[in-house]
Amino acid sequence: MKKKKVQWFWSWVIGSVILRLILLYFPKNLNLSSRPEVSTPLTSLRRLAEGYWLKQSSVSPYAGSMYHGSPLLLTLLGPLTVTRVEGQPDHLLCSLVFVIADVICAMLIRAAGEKLQVAYSSRLQFLGLHNLSENSELLPSGDFAALVYLWNPFTIVACVGLSTSAIENLMVVLSLYGACSRLTPLAAFGWVMATHLSLYPAILIIPVILLLGYGPDAPPRKLFWQRKNLDVGNSTSSDSCSEEEAKNQLKMAHVFSWRLVVLFLFWTLLWSSYVLVLCGIYVQQYGGLQELFKRTYGFILTIQDLSPNIGVLWYFFAEVFDFFRNFFLIVFHGNILLMIAPLALRLNHRPCFLAFVYILISSMLKSYPSVGDSALYLGLLGLFAYELKDMQFSFFLFSGYVGVSLLSPVMHNLWIWRGTGNANFYFATAIAYACFQIILVVESVSAMLNHDRMLTKLYTAKLQNVKS
Amino acid sequence: MLAASAEEEFSEELLLKPLPDRKILAHFHFRNEAPLAADSFARHHHLFPKSISQLVQKFHIKAMELSFTQGRWNYERWGGFDPISSHNAKPPGVELWAVFDVPQHQVDASWKNLTHSLSGLFCASINFLESSTSYSAPEWAFQSALGSLRYGTLPREAVCTENLTPWLKLLPCRDKAGLSSLMDRPSIYRSFYHSQRLHLIMPTAVSDGSKSGIILEQTLTVVLQPNNQKASMNHVGETKIQPSWSLSSIFGRKISGRCVLAKLSNIYLHFERGLVTQLDNLQKKSSKFAANDTGLTWKHPVVWSSSHAPLYASRFLMGSGNERGAIAISLKSTEMTKGLVSANNVEERCKLQVNVLQIVPWYVKVYYHTLQLLVDERPQVLADFVERMRVSPSEDKVSPGVMELVLQFPCEMKSAVLSIEFDKGFLHIDEYPPDANQGFDIPSAIISFPDFHAGLQFCEKSQSKSPLLSKLQERSPVLSYTEVLLVPLTTPDFSMPYNVITITCTVFALYFGSLLNVLRRRVGEEERLLKNKDAKKAVFLRRMLNKLSAKLRGRPSESTPSPPSSSSSPFVSPKLILRVLMVAGIAVAWQYYSQ
Repeated sequence: MKKKKVQWFWSWVIGSVILRLILLYFPKNLNLSSRPEVSTPLTSLRRLAEGYWLKQSSVSPYAGSMYHGSPLLLTLLGPLTVTRVEGQPDHLLCSLVFVIADVICAMLIRAAGEKLQVAYSSRLQFLGLHNLSENSELLPSGDFAALVYLWNPFTIVACVGLSTSAIENLMVVLSLYGACSRLTPLAAFGWVMATHLSLYPAILIIPVILLLGYGPDAPPRKLFWQRKNLDVGNSTSSDSCSEEEAKNQLKMAHVFSWRLVVLFLFWTLLWSSYVLVLCGIYVQQYGGLQELFKRTYGFILTIQDLSPNIGVLWYFFAEVFDFFRNFFLIVFHGNILLMIAPLALRLNHRPCFLAFVYILISSMLKSYPSVGDSALYLGLLGLFAYELKDMQFSFFLFSGYVGVSLLSPVMHNLWIWRGTGNANFYFATAIAYACFQIILVVESVSAMLNHDRMLTKLYTAKLQNVKS
Repeated sequence: MLAASAEEEFSEELLLKPLPDRKILAHFHFRNEAPLAADSFARHHHLFPKSISQLVQKFHIKAMELSFTQGRWNYERWGGFDPISSHNAKPPGVELWAVFDVPQHQVDASWKNLTHSLSGLFCASINFLESSTSYSAPEWAFQSALGSLRYGTLPREAVCTENLTPWLKLLPCRDKAGLSSLMDRPSIYRSFYHSQRLHLIMPTAVSDGSKSGIILEQTLTVVLQPNNQKASMNHVGETKIQPSWSLSSIFGRKISGRCVLAKLSNIYLHFERGLVTQLDNLQKKSSKFAANDTGLTWKHPVVWSSSHAPLYASRFLMGSGNERGAIAISLKSTEMTKGLVSANNVEERCKLQVNVLQIVPWYVKVYYHTLQLLVDERPQVLADFVERMRVSPSEDKVSPGVMELVLQFPCEMKSAVLSIEFDKGFLHIDEYPPDANQGFDIPSAIISFPDFHAGLQFCEKSQSKSPLLSKLQERSPVLSYTEVLLVPLTTPDFSMPYNVITITCTVFALYFGSLLNVLRRRVGEEERLLKNKDAKKAVFLRRMLNKLSAKLRGRPSESTPSPPSSSSSPFVSPKLILRVLMVAGIAVAWQYYSQ
């Protein structure tokens, strides 16, 4: 049965790769690479090619306001944008890189999911909630999440549309996987690269530290304390073997392993200085690191490019009065930072889920969102399919996502190409999309907290049974 | 006085030229020359306009040209190879370039001041050229070897009498006497093309290289349709006869007399070589000279064509929609290049050098890597034809994009198309002009042919004293401007800022509020527990703190005994001091940074 499942999984993976390859061979990438949903000023490969061209003609790649990405990405993808294979689509090599990145990303999600699941069911068994753990094992959430990531139309569109967000997503997932499997160098590398590429994943340092410190997602820690009290209460009744195991589990659950965290911080320091040195060498004759930061992070934070995307900030900053601009820039970016602490306090026993919520919030509030970001959090959502099975409005949300992703291109077409609609039409779909994302984040957090409540309830009921 | 050795001189001249398409070109040429003394800043001039000399002194201008143009010069019909078209065919609107004699870092400041002064002097919005997004510093495709040059155009500028009047004021006789009295405003502004131009040069003395004086050339080039009712009533066969005209019929005014201050006032009739040979064949040259009312009466139909530039350049936009597009510059060979091919057959390979200067405003985001070249409708490798290339990409809200190309084409080439793709930018609502839906203008590209020189040769040497004729004889590279392109840009809804702000902020408030609500919601037993805690409210805070610290230490909090209720101590706690210190620190930092 297991083998059959595995075969079934791989055939779906291969199917998704074949679908991508077929789409790549359509002429002009189906015009996906110029869609505002796919290519933002940060993720567009065309701008990267322009940056590479400028670099080749010995001008700074950041001269002009075209390229705002990382210099490392430029060295990696730049040569691929100009190499043409005879008789093949223009950007075949780049597309292949993105397809590979997508597949690796899905594999990492799967591996992380398996690790999460094993850890979670063992925790549940430790608490004695056997039927729950069996239930959670029924659904292979890793496979599920990987397939959701691979077959998500958003991912496919971002991959075929030559958006560099595939690589950013890969780095984020790499850091989460590294943290799940306690490989500190990998986690640090993923985090440093993700932050370097798109800045917003910087806030993921909290979930990664929690993951390394406490281990993967678990039921609320309070239950383990109760269990411990219980163990102390009737230590005579339980046999010594399971007690040892229980002690280990308790240690795992409670002891914040500072060693790994310090290691992680050390590796972060190492990797980030490495990346900075590389970037410094690259931009040495073009104004140095300060210019680089101004052109990349400054561009992200000040929202200079007002071309439409699926977010709401472009229109907001196209309309807002100039003297309020700085204020609202601070407010919107502060909004991301404001929720970090409350979420971290409430969900610290579920660091992976916390990472998912952070990614969701930042992809909703970031300055140049694209569907690639949505693809990442929707893929990660699959990891928590079991815990979130009681989520409210899931059908409403699903139809909302479908509706927005169908309406938004229509409104864009009406506004930009036909000139029969105006900007408000497109902005309305962006607002709707933001609302759906808000509902998703609120409902998923609420469902996760309810799941924890349910666990607590079941466990206290069980405790009372044992006591009586 | 030494300076008196060189006198101030003024000359007025008018050149009239029949054009092949039954129109008349009138080219007024006023030249004002003044010696430049070291202390001439506050000097009184007899003829030379003081405002201009002050301008030159103040901003250290080496050379400057300002033109106001309405209409487009028709290179195909009116010619593109003679000095008039190279010098006086200008892009629509205002074009200004200036070369400064100041250190590099002061050039921009001088330019900004100059634009403001000229704006005041000519009642035009030249001050818009002050912003760094509207001017650029082309290096070698345009007026090379002059030094720190700044170039800017305002294609949208409407040219009217309010610009002409201050221009006339610079003439010693204004429009009261002399040739300028012909300038009847309605007939000038009814014309197909008119361009008023002001050119300042500071010729350097041969002996010591210092500036010897200022030469101010003011030209007005008008292309008029002779108002001939007889011709319009004629039959179809007879309309081929060029309409007869006289100065009074085309301008509606007569010359009352010469400007007495002018050293020279001449009127010239200019016939092109093609026309002259035609006339020689006919042996019937019929012109009428009344008193101060030059005219031309045609008896026989004559057909000729003007000489063309080596390549006829035009520019157009490709693509639809408001998201992206492409600019294409097409170069078509004319009969002149065909002549070149036949002439140069013996030589191994005849090359045609073309310089292209293309300036695009920042909201047209050009992808320079998409530059493509089609020669004879076949895509070609760029490196085979591009001799040199300089690109300074546009920066959002800071500088325009400049592309300078030096291309080498084989002479036998029929056509070449340069195309480059761009994305249309999206602006802040305040950056749109009042008529945003009309679109934005991309200034003309400048195509020049450095290997070809436009200069007329005259048989008679006696006339060489005339400034106009010597100007026409001057060898200067052939230059032509392409069309101004109108790019429609997408507009946001201008009436909506408040709605957008409120709706967006509501959505974010919704997010913040509902997420916070979910995070701090308690249900069932948790509620009861909280109520219990409320009973012991006095120690609640302390307990929470204990719990927090216990959590941080990783120890269960249940084991800690509840402390006595001494948390509300009236003494100054270290925490309070810390808080006060923090506030003070923030205040100090604020004070420090705000200064």
